[in-house]
Amino acid sequence: MTVTQSLQASERAFAVGGPILELESISLRFGGVHALTNISFNVLEHEVRAIIGPNGAGKSSMLNVINGIYQPQEGSITFAGQRLAGMTPTKAAHLGFSRTFQNIALYRGMSVLDNIMAGCTLQTRASFLEVALQLPRARREETEQREAAEEIIEFLQIEHIRKTQVSRLPYGLQKRVELGRALAARPKILLLDEPMAGMNIEEKQDMCRFILDVNDHYGTTVVLIEHDMGVVMDLSDRVVVLDYGKKIGDGTPDEVRSNQDVIDAYLGVAH
Amino acid sequence: MASDDADLDTFPKLLLRHARLRGERPAMREKNRGIWRTTTWRAMADEAVALAAALAERGLPRGAHVVLVGDNRPRLYSAMSAVHWLGAIATPLFADATAEEMAGPIQSAEATHVFAENQEQVDKLLQILPRCPTVRCIVYDQDRGMRHYRQPQLVSYADLLRQGRELAAARRPALEEEAARGKGNDPAFLFFTSGTTGPAKGVVLSHASLIDRAKVAAAAEGLNDNDVAMAYLPPGWIGQCLFSYVQPMVVGYCVCCPESSETLLADMREMGPTCFLATPRVLQALLAQVTLRLEDSGGFNQALYRRYMAVARRASARALAGQAASLGDRIQSVVGNLLIYGPLRDVLGMSRIRVAYSAGDSIAGDVLLFFRALGINLKQLYGSTETGFFVAMQRNGAVRPDSVGSAADGVELSFTPEREILVRSPGMFREYHRDPERTTQARNADGWFRTGDAGYLGEDGQLRIIDRMPYVGALNDGTLHAPKPIENRLRSDPYIREAVVYGDKRDTVCALIDIDAEAVGRWADRQAISYTGRADLASREEVQGLIAERIAKVNEALAREPALAKGAIRRFAILPAELSAADGLLTRTGKLRRGVIAERYRMLVDALYDGRTEVAVETAGDDGHAGNASSVVKIRDVRIAAPAQARRAA
Repeated sequence: MTVTQSLQASERAFAVGGPILELESISLRFGGVHALTNISFNVLEHEVRAIIGPNGAGKSSMLNVINGIYQPQEGSITFAGQRLAGMTPTKAAHLGFSRTFQNIALYRGMSVLDNIMAGCTLQTRASFLEVALQLPRARREETEQREAAEEIIEFLQIEHIRKTQVSRLPYGLQKRVELGRALAARPKILLLDEPMAGMNIEEKQDMCRFILDVNDHYGTTVVLIEHDMGVVMDLSDRVVVLDYGKKIGDGTPDEVRSNQDVIDAYLGVAH
Repeated sequence: MASDDADLDTFPKLLLRHARLRGERPAMREKNRGIWRTTTWRAMADEAVALAAALAERGLPRGAHVVLVGDNRPRLYSAMSAVHWLGAIATPLFADATAEEMAGPIQSAEATHVFAENQEQVDKLLQILPRCPTVRCIVYDQDRGMRHYRQPQLVSYADLLRQGRELAAARRPALEEEAARGKGNDPAFLFFTSGTTGPAKGVVLSHASLIDRAKVAAAAEGLNDNDVAMAYLPPGWIGQCLFSYVQPMVVGYCVCCPESSETLLADMREMGPTCFLATPRVLQALLAQVTLRLEDSGGFNQALYRRYMAVARRASARALAGQAASLGDRIQSVVGNLLIYGPLRDVLGMSRIRVAYSAGDSIAGDVLLFFRALGINLKQLYGSTETGFFVAMQRNGAVRPDSVGSAADGVELSFTPEREILVRSPGMFREYHRDPERTTQARNADGWFRTGDAGYLGEDGQLRIIDRMPYVGALNDGTLHAPKPIENRLRSDPYIREAVVYGDKRDTVCALIDIDAEAVGRWADRQAISYTGRADLASREEVQGLIAERIAKVNEALAREPALAKGAIRRFAILPAELSAADGLLTRTGKLRRGVIAERYRMLVDALYDGRTEVAVETAGDDGHAGNASSVVKIRDVRIAAPAQARRAA
């Protein structure tokens, strides 16, 4: 029995709840290019939701829409019962969205600890002046944030590279640090853009384990994009399949696996 | 003080004394979430008594066995104290053992209670639980990932401790009486030895014998409660238990647990241990790390390092031979200490070390010399689980690289005509667990224990180890052949991780080489050789050339030593896969299991001797079963240096 199976077989600490995020008829165009066409799906609280699809299917665009990087021309996004309009990445961060990137976007010259601390900044209440003068509130907050960062470091088992500069780390560890930074913001929803791209099997297994642990331990809702079908099927509760910017499947991994449109998209048929 | 000490013949009694005498001083430190957290002697005693109360409530009788499996943590040692408190026997196992490997010892000990560090250990225990019906209670320390587990046997350490504290508050006097009931001769530990030759044996040791050995070591080194030690080796090994449990119980020093094995060096720098136990493998890895990091540094640094290390080695070799260093060397040593030795000691976290021991296996002279040259007082220690670990030790001012020192206080040595070492010592084990036959085989009525090691006493009264008895053989021309000394020389090369030398009942000496993939990988990077992984690296022509060169160097060194001149390696092959404990090719403490290796690589060994230059070898697949894949291994010849005498004649 694999790790993932055993976790899914046992009861969950945070039972999957009602919809926390609903996307309705989202369409996104860049000039004449239809990146996303009339896509609707929802994400339930505490679930692991995957978005899959062949290259150029619009997966990253989808994530960027949720995240507020792109403004869709049509459609609406509802988060925790509240309709969101004019999203920006900053707003999204304050609402409780946190993400990692397909091409790692860490502060390469900074240490692992500093990168993760940077993820805590959102919680800082002290003003610029208070921080600059090291007034009590700023100092207290820094201690709290350091404790939070250390908890994440322990959680992700990266104690040994705490003080190492990020650019010197191997790829798999950088991915883990990026996950750590995203976690530091204490997100309600974690958006992961191909968290396992370019990893070897062992690194993938580690990453799977950490994603499941995050979901299990913190109850974080996870939306992830992934290329590797095997990983997706093991990891997620439900899967959305995109192809050429359209939704062609939505359901549990088993349902998706037996969906003819999905099989065609992956094996390739003439369009 | 001696009269006071004599009554303190068990660990709980010692623990109570420390709580009384130095209650606020640190007993253990642990780095957790980036901060060193201290457990004082009083806190440790309180925790032990609380756990003991809770364990008693859960029906732990005197003389029962409690298994402890996990990394070095204050909680593991508190649990160990609690077990001893109730007169039960602590059975520490290796944390990296597979579920199968754990089943045997648990069944044999009929363990009733188990302390497991985390989910990983609990999973293994639950897997074998149906076959271990005696296990009634599993205590887990870290609760991460544990909330789904509903097995009735499971209880968290925190809950057990909470329950225990309530109980202990009411019953403390009765509990202290329970601790006082123990006798020195009661069994304290059941260690399962690594077993290079056969399956693991359970060795039972009493409180008194271990306390006696620790006192001898403390007296020899002047250890006291200002000393600091690191606990980083497996607690399932008697050596670690002695240094992180027995010795602090005797002298009251503080033990530090690093955050993880990867952070050891940084943690050592922060804590500055004064007393350090290492295995030759650890020291060799440290040396390799230093060498490799230097190769990546600039030319000036390298030149400086080479120059001053040569000075230090020369001075230190002379000091070991009992001669004074030349005036020039002494002046240079002062400069070297400022520029090289001091900073290096600091990087290794060894600036404050007063005494460091290498134990568990024999160490290569080069490695020993390196650390001594840096000014670190590294010494060899000889002993085994059965003999209470301290049998012979090198003394300050009388360190000979080729010996393991003179007999420790209280130890008598004797030798069979076959040169097997016999030991009689107060630290002797009680018995092999449930194996009276084996016990009488190993130890005769007069108390002499057969160590299974071949060795002899030099004229200076120092013990020299040849090798394990079964491996001491002879070449076909009658020359004595012991593989270990040759392997040690090979292993001290940074590119060679492990070597297996053959020669018994053969005409020549040949070797199987396990390359250090990281070191060779870096070398390949510098040579702009591309490779996909360890297997590919091992099959590279250039890498074989490199290893052939390195072995030729070792051959030159062997030729200079009359006793080993015949040991020069003619041919070698690089193993297609790493030797590992997971494959059963090494013991958990990293010693070679020659029988298993010979079996696995029989084709390769045959080819070494029949002149073939390549041979197909079956390699283990991902699932660990042999025969899934095969790879072609090439065999190379090595240049042999002429023996010293012959060269002089020519």
